[in-house]
Amino acid sequence: MTTLQHNAQRAGGAHNAKVMNRFELTKRLTAQLKHEEAVIGGIGNANFDLWSSGQRPQNFYMLGSMGLAIPIALGVAIAQPQRHVVALEGDGSLLMQLGCLATVAMRAPTNLTIVVWDNGIYQITGGQPTASASAADLVAIARGAGIAKSAWAADEEDFERLFAQALKGGPSLIAARIDDKPGVGTTDRDPVQIRARFMQGLGIKR
Amino acid sequence: MTETQTRQAPWHEIVRATLKANDVKLVVYVPDRVFTPLIKALHADDFFTTFAATREEEALGIVSGAWMGGLRGAVLMQTSGFATIPNALASLVAPSQIPALIFVSERGTLGEFNLGQAMVCKTMRPVLDSLGVEHHTVTRHDELAFIVDRSIKQAVATQAPVAFILSPLLTGGKVFAS
Repeated sequence: MTTLQHNAQRAGGAHNAKVMNRFELTKRLTAQLKHEEAVIGGIGNANFDLWSSGQRPQNFYMLGSMGLAIPIALGVAIAQPQRHVVALEGDGSLLMQLGCLATVAMRAPTNLTIVVWDNGIYQITGGQPTASASAADLVAIARGAGIAKSAWAADEEDFERLFAQALKGGPSLIAARIDDKPGVGTTDRDPVQIRARFMQGLGIKR
Repeated sequence: MTETQTRQAPWHEIVRATLKANDVKLVVYVPDRVFTPLIKALHADDFFTTFAATREEEALGIVSGAWMGGLRGAVLMQTSGFATIPNALASLVAPSQIPALIFVSERGTLGEFNLGQAMVCKTMRPVLDSLGVEHHTVTRHDELAFIVDRSIKQAVATQAPVAFILSPLLTGGKVFAS
């Protein structure tokens, strides 16, 4: 079954959303960052496209720990309440750690935005379908977890509008249906260097 | 705490005071019966930001992010919960050199009634050893403050995680309900 066929089966708000491209949306997202916002890139293609969209000192690129982009972002948001923090996560990664949505809602950090790239497949492992391809609606799950400001992006302009709103105060979750194109480029793979650069970018001296 | 106060204080009060003295403000936990008095004391002290995560590896992710943002953090879990964190330790905390402070309530030994706890207890130290994560099993009340205080300072100075396994000899552990 193709990705498009999977998408056609989707329930909830997802079925009306346009299928977009992750790299294109990542560029539109980073173009809105004007205040040294922190961005946590989840493992895999979310990360690769963040890297390729232009390396910022406030970007953290996860090399492992699948599913922990949102918890890491929540930790940064708690430590630095004056800075907005964005987590970029894939559908497979989020499905691995759904409980973190409830934790985010419970803490309700106003400076946190979650962006979910949903292509309905475990793309990097060979395109096996995720549960969101046929059954699970990640926005409905986020709302059910208590993140009231959760929405599907209808198209690119809607994504930009939702993200601009999210930067004004969250917590928010924006889900975007994306195609199955692979990430553009790959990150460096030196975890200590990535961590040290990120901390410098956040103004933390070690 | 003065030496006399430390001698007289319960174990959980020593942990709370030592975290505070070392500016560890964030404590994220997955609950445990043995740690209940510590968790209550942390919630009652405005110095701490403390809350439950849904899963132990999530708690590790949160304190890792907080550390990178300039805030020191600790995680609390029971022994069975340790079994959920090796991936986060191996692929985030250890390779990124993040001084996560991990407190494990030791279950599965000295009178355990739950087989699941016992099996994790057997694997916990070998896992920490093979990951190169320093760990201390605290059995004695008079050594608790020294071990925790010195180890937090070492973790921060050397940018390395550390695990404190609090033995039933220290905490009393959890026994069959009678």
